[in-house]
Amino acid sequence: MRYDTIIIGAGLSGLAAGIRLAMFDKKVCIVEKHSEIGGLNSFYVRKNRTFDVGLHAMTNFTPKGVRSSPLGKLLKQLRFSHDDFRLCQQDMSEIRFPEKSLKFTNDFEFFRQEVAETFPDQIDGFNKLVEKILSFDELNLDDADCLSSRPVLESYISNPVLIDMLFCPLMYYGNAREGDMDFYQFVIMFKSIFVEGFSKPQGGMPYILNLLAEKFEHLGGELRMGNGIKTINAKQETVCSVTLENEEELETTAVLSSMGYVETLNRCQPELAEAGACETGQVSFMESLFVVDQKPRDLGYDKSIVFFSTQSRFDYKVPGDLIDISSGVLCCSNNFQYPQPPEEGLIRLTNLAHFGKWDGLPRKDYIAAKKECRAQALDALFTFFPDFRDNVVFLDSFTPKTIKKYTGHINGAVYGSPQKIKNGKTPVKNLYICGTDQGFLGIIGATLSGISMANLHLLQ
Amino acid sequence: MTIEDVRKVILNILADIAPDEDISSIDDNTKLRDQIDLDSMDFLDIVMELRKRFNIEVPEKDYEHLATMAGCVSYLTPLLKDRQLAS
Ligand SMILES: Cc1cc2nc3c(=O)[nH]c(=O)nc-3n(C[C@H](O)[C@H](O)[C@H](O)COP(=O)(O)OP(=O)(O)OC[C@H]3O[C@@H](n4cnc5c(N)ncnc54)[C@H](O)[C@@H]3O)c2cc1C
Repeated sequence: MRYDTIIIGAGLSGLAAGIRLAMFDKKVCIVEKHSEIGGLNSFYVRKNRTFDVGLHAMTNFTPKGVRSSPLGKLLKQLRFSHDDFRLCQQDMSEIRFPEKSLKFTNDFEFFRQEVAETFPDQIDGFNKLVEKILSFDELNLDDADCLSSRPVLESYISNPVLIDMLFCPLMYYGNAREGDMDFYQFVIMFKSIFVEGFSKPQGGMPYILNLLAEKFEHLGGELRMGNGIKTINAKQETVCSVTLENEEELETTAVLSSMGYVETLNRCQPELAEAGACETGQVSFMESLFVVDQKPRDLGYDKSIVFFSTQSRFDYKVPGDLIDISSGVLCCSNNFQYPQPPEEGLIRLTNLAHFGKWDGLPRKDYIAAKKECRAQALDALFTFFPDFRDNVVFLDSFTPKTIKKYTGHINGAVYGSPQKIKNGKTPVKNLYICGTDQGFLGIIGATLSGISMANLHLLQ
Repeated sequence: MTIEDVRKVILNILADIAPDEDISSIDDNTKLRDQIDLDSMDFLDIVMELRKRFNIEVPEKDYEHLATMAGCVSYLTPLLKDRQLAS
């Protein structure tokens, strides 16, 4: 038996691509090495509590009825109704720097007003920048131009603090590059966070992932868990089969891989010279979750998400040490408009981290370092926010090493390589990539990436 | 299939690809994309649904015939006349 397409990875991009292919009666199998679906956006259970690994918030919220937005397109292409996703909108989020704060909601005019009040001398420039952003075609799949953002922003805005404040959330939620950001990526993220906004599905990531997996299987797709791809085999530079870790060989006409570009090339047989020459991603995070015995709001945490920098200049780069405590993201899952409030309070703290430093630690030191870094991150946080240490009833942390272990992404790089392959092509015929390294990032981005690569290469 | 049946076929497809959309009030002579916000990705879906359900290939040069409901019906009726609605 021969598959039309084998998809590598049951993360969001792989599942979405799978649904598209199964919908049109393609013989399709998703092969996932982990025992859970979800990849970078999965979930895990500790002490009877289920935690989302990725999800702080889903970006790109648009209300029911808006169909031309990324969310609208995604729902339509996967044939879900808006209600199926059970999205609950954020209350209010914030970018907090020393002496400056910008709040934002899912109403862009609110944010514009905040900028006008906080940076009155910059609002004209900001408005012009917004015009440029809104008229920019960020979804063009041609790889031609690679404009970077900083010079563009500097041509409209003269206050570097405002530039850094705009960068902070957009970089944290979708930038594979240190220091600067490709402008098309800046536009994608600006629209998805400021113009559209945040929501969370009731039931968290397990709910959305199950929805996708059930639809895929219902349409006749096959899902193989706990058995990774060992090699991708080609004959005459064209894909012909994959070999699984248990040595089983599956024949296929095409392969769509979501494991990352270099990660994919590394599995090709015969070996590809190109694999060694590609840039790999470096940006990764440490994240700590704190279950607290009160509502975060009652502890002084009333925002949905806070992107903060404890210094007036924000530096998005791999730290020289295990983690960088000078900036971070704070997420209070409770502060979304759920029909029924979650039973427990949950606060999450994310900081930039260095994969190599974590990976190099012996087991015993690794555990001690987690504890130590978490304490340092909290100390820095509490210079800015109320102390909740006495309210913590459960806590857990994961590091770039954890991310690598469970998703296979080199360096635990959450946003993959800075060099995106927008058309999804590889040197091997009928081998395509989707997801993180194709260039659409985050939950909605990855899902759209799977859809568009399936449409472009495997359905016509 | 009768003309009415063909119209129903299109409505069924539209209901599937745009579950949030009200398709009961579609006007046959106004462009579909102006009434229910269809983009090029969605037209591709209509074409693929026709292939899947009836084995009909619509070549790209004929996509323009699918712009309105009336256009769809007149283009597809000859192709579907010997078929049953059931599928
Ligand atoms: C801590 C954290 C927080 C995040 N927060 C947010 C957020 O708040 N909002 C947001 O929108 N996004 C967030 N993201 C980003 C988002 O999770 C990702 O962009 C998205 O999930 C990427 O999906 P993907 O399908 O491209 O890749 P992946 O999810 O990585 O999918 C790849 C899959 O391939 C599998 N795989 C790898 N190698 C093999 C092999 N050899 N054989 C078989 N399978 C293999 C992996 O196990 C994985 O399941 C976060 C990510 C992290 C890590």
